[in-house]
Amino acid sequence: MRQYFGRKLFIYGLTFFVAVTVNWLIPRFMPGDPVASMVARASISQPEAVAAMQAYYTDLFGLDQSLISQYFNFWAALVTGDFGISIWAYPKPVADVILGAVPYTLGLMIPAILLSWLVGNWAGALAARRKLLDNTVLPVGYILTATPYMWIAILLCWGFGVVLGVLPVAGGYSFALQPSWSWEFIGSLAQHWVLPFASLFLVALGGWAIGMRNMIIYELEADYSNYLAALGAPHRLIRRYAFRNAVLPQITGLALQLGVLVAGALVTEIVFSYPGIGSLILKAIQNKDFFLIQGTFLFIVLGVLIANFIIDVVYVVVDPRTRAGMAGAST
Amino acid sequence: MTTTDPVSTTTAPDPGTPPVSVRREALYFAVRNGKLLVGATIVGIFLLVGIIGPFFYDQSPMAYVGQPMLPPSAEYPFGTNTFGQDILAQFVYGVRSTFEVGLLGGGLAAIIGMLVGFVAGYRGGLVDEILNMFTNVVLVIPTLAVLLIINAYLGIRSVAMQALLIGLTSWPWAARAIRAQTFSLRGRDFVDLARLSGVRTGRIILREIAPNMSSYLFMTFILLFGGSILIASSLDFIGLGPTDGVSLGLMLNHANQWSALMLGLWWWFVPPGIGITAIVGALYVANVGLDEVFNPKLREL
Repeated sequence: MRQYFGRKLFIYGLTFFVAVTVNWLIPRFMPGDPVASMVARASISQPEAVAAMQAYYTDLFGLDQSLISQYFNFWAALVTGDFGISIWAYPKPVADVILGAVPYTLGLMIPAILLSWLVGNWAGALAARRKLLDNTVLPVGYILTATPYMWIAILLCWGFGVVLGVLPVAGGYSFALQPSWSWEFIGSLAQHWVLPFASLFLVALGGWAIGMRNMIIYELEADYSNYLAALGAPHRLIRRYAFRNAVLPQITGLALQLGVLVAGALVTEIVFSYPGIGSLILKAIQNKDFFLIQGTFLFIVLGVLIANFIIDVVYVVVDPRTRAGMAGAST
Repeated sequence: MTTTDPVSTTTAPDPGTPPVSVRREALYFAVRNGKLLVGATIVGIFLLVGIIGPFFYDQSPMAYVGQPMLPPSAEYPFGTNTFGQDILAQFVYGVRSTFEVGLLGGGLAAIIGMLVGFVAGYRGGLVDEILNMFTNVVLVIPTLAVLLIINAYLGIRSVAMQALLIGLTSWPWAARAIRAQTFSLRGRDFVDLARLSGVRTGRIILREIAPNMSSYLFMTFILLFGGSILIASSLDFIGLGPTDGVSLGLMLNHANQWSALMLGLWWWFVPPGIGITAIVGALYVANVGLDEVFNPKLREL
């Protein structure tokens, strides 16, 4: 087990190292003078912002220094939590801007991922080898999983927000309110949360249902299932065993799908102008705020790595083979 | 975007059966498989729209042809947007670029995945360790996040460039699946025989191993194809799409940006979404059909 975690942590550490290096390399790969072109592209009006930006870029890139010391300086700044100054939200530091948006994104993603995983697995397990249910779950699942996240978000937004007018279509809370711990504010928060949550939930649901259905069919064909059936075990029992075995690849699948789910959350937030990381990225791109883009990239990678590690821990708890040091997890 | 675990949905083909009868048998089951037929038909129709549509429907997608915000009519079958651009023309060109991104991005990802998967699986040992580690690292980094910063800095302005970057980042799961398949084929007698008779590694992979998992490779390509389309549409929607072209994702981006929802211009944002969903969904369904054709275990269900 120590070896299992050691391997995982090594991969994650390596991944973070690669991500940071990519983040450092890309501005330097850009043809031409990065400082001048970035200042020009930012097209900001405040002169003090331009000056600060120019100074900051030159300082950060340290273009007069050797590449190696530039690279180490980059790491040193990272370790102290210095991601630079946001241009869009000048003069707020990038780290603060991102940390302000993270709770909204997590509040949207975590319930959507967990619930869609649970409901999807349940629906898929129920549908497997049951003609009538299978004929509805399978096509619906395929349509949902092929739907782009933003399109389902747009449809929900249009249907419930504009045509029916029952739910708000933009923002994380009513624009008339200030963030506070009052019931009114929490109610508004919940109201604005429903539609983005629903769109994330629906698209993810389809994939889990299909995956689970296929796994259950596979497990029901396995020798142990046939053996149980030959012994005269009740169907419920066989299916329960099949489910427990089929859940393991679905946990691995959750880790594999994290990137896709993050991408889905980002575009969904953009549709609903939800004040999370996704909307932040849109603003950063529109304002050519490269520090903010680079900062969100590192935050997303970090978040995905942490989530991966949590899934690894869950896997060890669920699958006894990893604890016994046998081959179990393949991620 | 798909949440189907590609590794588990496509089951491995059974290697080692004579190829001629397999091919005939596959054809026999292919024309009788409803899923494959429906999926392939839908993809085929959209492909036709993308290829010959722009010749038949002779309207420039960017030109301001008519009154703004016209609902669908005989003159403009899909209506016009807030700028008075013809939405059907945009749709037809958008479908074309959707297939371009899928083909180029999915194709490149499949090639890289095969290269890494074959070499890692066949060679084993240290080569495998290194390639596997590389694969795992690329696998964990969220694809869209990488594409985001690359696109933001380089300012990707063509469909081909976008597809290239998607291909370079979305191959890892394919490499892993192919590696596992290669691993199981490596110890077979016919591979040993080829090795004993002095055939070079590249040739063994190309002549002995790849043909025995060709159906699997094809299905991997289809899944990568669909995945590339979805990633590209997300990028377009965020505003990092090709600027000198039209795409379905870009149409959604414009519709959202110019508040088509508030104005009730449903004919602006419904067609591109249907296009993407239908193409990708049909690809997945056809893939399941193919799986049933190639894998006898799944047939009688």
